[in-house]
Amino acid sequence: MSEQPKFKVTVDNIQIEVPAGTTILNAARMIGGDVTPPAMCYYTNLKESGGKCRTCLVEVSKGSDKDPRPMPKLVASCRTTVMDGMEVKNITSDKVIDARKGVVEFLLLNHPLDCPVCDQAGECDLQDLSYQHGSEKTRYEFDRRTFEKEDIGPFIQLHMTRCILCYRCVFTADEVTGCRQHGVLDRGDHSAISTYLGKSLDNEFIGNVIDVCPVGALTDKTFRFKNRVWFTKPVDAHRDCPTCTSKVRLWMRGDEVFRVTARKNKFGEVEEWICNECRFHKKEVKDWVIEGPSKISRMSVISQGHYVNTHKAPVLIDKVIGKQPKLLMNIHTVSDVNRREVDLSKIEGPAHSEDFKTTDLNN
Amino acid sequence: MGVKLLLEHAHIEGIRFYDAYRKNGGYRSVEKALKMTPEEIVEEVKKSGLRGRGGAGFPTGMKWGFLAKPEGVPRHLVCNADESEPGTFKDRYLMEFLPHLLIEGLIVSSFALGSHHTYIYIRGEYVWVAEILEQAIAEAKLNGWLGKNILGTGFDCEIYVHRGAGAYICGEETALIESLEGKRGNPRIKPPFPAIQGVWMRPTVVNNVETLAAVVPIINMGGAEYAKIGIGKSTGTKLLSACGNINKPGIYEIDMTISVEEFIYSDEYCGGIPKGKKLKACIPGGSSVPILPANLLLKTAKGETRIMSYEGLADGGFTTGSMMGSGGFEVFDEDQCVVRHTMTLARFYNHESCGQCSPCREGTGWMYKILKNIEYGKGKISDIDLLWDIQRKIEGNTICPLGDAAAWPVAAAIRHFRDEFEWHVLNPAESQERNYGLAHYADPIHVPVAI
Ligand SMILES: Cc1cc2nc3c(=O)[nH]c(=O)nc-3n(C[C@H](O)[C@H](O)[C@H](O)COP(=O)(O)O)c2cc1C
Ligand code: SF4
Ligand code: SF4
Ligand code: FES
Repeated sequence: MSEQPKFKVTVDNIQIEVPAGTTILNAARMIGGDVTPPAMCYYTNLKESGGKCRTCLVEVSKGSDKDPRPMPKLVASCRTTVMDGMEVKNITSDKVIDARKGVVEFLLLNHPLDCPVCDQAGECDLQDLSYQHGSEKTRYEFDRRTFEKEDIGPFIQLHMTRCILCYRCVFTADEVTGCRQHGVLDRGDHSAISTYLGKSLDNEFIGNVIDVCPVGALTDKTFRFKNRVWFTKPVDAHRDCPTCTSKVRLWMRGDEVFRVTARKNKFGEVEEWICNECRFHKKEVKDWVIEGPSKISRMSVISQGHYVNTHKAPVLIDKVIGKQPKLLMNIHTVSDVNRREVDLSKIEGPAHSEDFKTTDLNN
Repeated sequence: MGVKLLLEHAHIEGIRFYDAYRKNGGYRSVEKALKMTPEEIVEEVKKSGLRGRGGAGFPTGMKWGFLAKPEGVPRHLVCNADESEPGTFKDRYLMEFLPHLLIEGLIVSSFALGSHHTYIYIRGEYVWVAEILEQAIAEAKLNGWLGKNILGTGFDCEIYVHRGAGAYICGEETALIESLEGKRGNPRIKPPFPAIQGVWMRPTVVNNVETLAAVVPIINMGGAEYAKIGIGKSTGTKLLSACGNINKPGIYEIDMTISVEEFIYSDEYCGGIPKGKKLKACIPGGSSVPILPANLLLKTAKGETRIMSYEGLADGGFTTGSMMGSGGFEVFDEDQCVVRHTMTLARFYNHESCGQCSPCREGTGWMYKILKNIEYGKGKISDIDLLWDIQRKIEGNTICPLGDAAAWPVAAAIRHFRDEFEWHVLNPAESQERNYGLAHYADPIHVPVAI
């Protein structure tokens, strides 16, 4: 086997060596933590994906050792491959932070803020993205866009108003099922995912579009409104399936299987595609061989209350800023809040700051 | 009278048809070019300094030089006749009245690039023009200029006319390629560039109609002679489609040495503004380029006369200049409303966005809605800053330049006509009844004297 050349690339002051042909996004993912740009449309397993949502924009401050000129515009890190000696700024670039805030605002502009009734809530990439990169207010004063409801069959619910047009479901149908029955109709801000004739999607692998959809535009009709995802517990399981590898994740409450999905890695991407039979029709514990609790992101609300076996992101802030962050204030040294001798139950009414001695920082 | 290279014979009766065209020296360049090597032709085009006439002004010879030539893979030349930029209608004129000039240019260029299957992607609305082209192609074929073994040189070439379905975005070269392949006209993410992987993943050159027609005089007179016309990097002649408040709207061929003032006011060109009205503003190169107020249009910020050339129009960058763009020259007199005009353009870009990338898909509609509010007396002063912020967040952050094209007109209108926007907001009732008028937009700009 021939050695693949390795390229050195620096993302936010952290250097890493990656094989030639790696994208900036994947190099950043190898480093991990906060220097990884968010990605709403790119999907490792879908080769046509990426480049569309623009959340992963980064600044290339040095093109390569050979040609050190910076790139004139921000680039989509998911579709730009690294060069030897490239230097990339993600969270260290004001331009990137500003542009990303803009992109988040654009994505939310027409998105219905009905998370309380959306089945995706709790595992929605757009929720996470807005929480991490958005602002709490909207500057949009107009009616949000709505679409006619379209029925695309008994198993998959399409909610076009929530779609962010990442095209992942389109590429899934192209690349996984090999026979696409749906696509994007119309253009601009009225583009819509549709089958055009109101046909149902029936390929035996089409259920995977539910897993790739970053938002609640495509959800599982067999799970709809049955439970909130954070009340269910993810468990890895498999069975003897003639169609797929059946490496699935069961979402259980007690002994009840509420939902079956593919397993996702720490970037929220499906590891192995599963078939519709496994996904929609095997909802009994006895159908499955249970492997054990799934590993999920430490950040996810699904991990609330169970902190074992989670993916933890590395903390890299010292490397990004080139020094240990200076602790401006240690709350425990300046306030009595955590002191046992102050008995909260003895204070009448709610506790206020005056109830605790503070040390004046300035002297 | 300026030099005419493209429209030299436009007035001759029957020039649309083969016989008259041939009698007046047509197809000479094919006879000459087929005796040269493809490399020699590319060299002539490089020497001519010809720049793309589709909007970006990229040197054509250099573009041709980038074309990959892998063994055994066919290459294609695609002529971009999608012309949908508001204000631009020069390609239509060329194709309608001088179809053989384009075909002649296509044959020479196809030979230079090694394209045996060449496509003209024409805007769907140009129904009759597509028919004219097809008729001309049939005539050319009948007379041995197309088909197998052209002029006994062994060179085979076919030209196909492909009709678009009415989308501005299909003029963007990679969207055009997708559409030509029969797919949805979404721009591709670059790289790879068309010169490496274009139509059907084969090396492809996409050029504008006027660019390819200009290859004919370049071969006939030689690249070096062609380069002597014009100034600086603006060589040869340029077609402009002039419209708006002028006495003589139409297509003009200019050598890029005249001043903007001469172009607007001389009888040879636009013939001044009707009813003696005053000039307020102008978009010199099609709807995507920045609008300029009269004072910055006729003179640069340095106080020099502005010349109708690539460099002249771009003098001052986007702060005080504009662009040659696609040559759609739109003139506004003192009665026109910049707010309304900007709203109309915002509606256009909102309607034409392909919807792939979030800033353009969502931002264009948002800008349109805000501009509609301002235009109809429902705007707020903060809306003006909001518009500025939105355009800033679209520009440069999208897949294709349509995002920029949507942002620039809004940016330029606010940059130069902020007073007019504010007047609209502060006088909601009055603004529904009358226009802001000329205001100070034609007043001489103070130029600091060098000490
Ligand atoms: C949104 C958009 C629309 C465009 N429309 C046209 C068009 O109608 N005709 C054209 O020649 N070029 C158009 N272009 C420019 C083309 O992408 C391309 O640059 C041009 O065809 C190259 O030809 P040239 O080098 O001869 O100018 C458009 C570009 C964009 C971004
Ligand atoms: S339905 Fe979901 S996966 Fe498909 S384009 Fe919309 S957001 Fe993306
Ligand atoms: S900038 Fe607009 S037109 Fe261009 S790819 Fe993006 S959405 Fe489509
Ligand atoms: S993830 Fe890169 S553009 Fe969407």
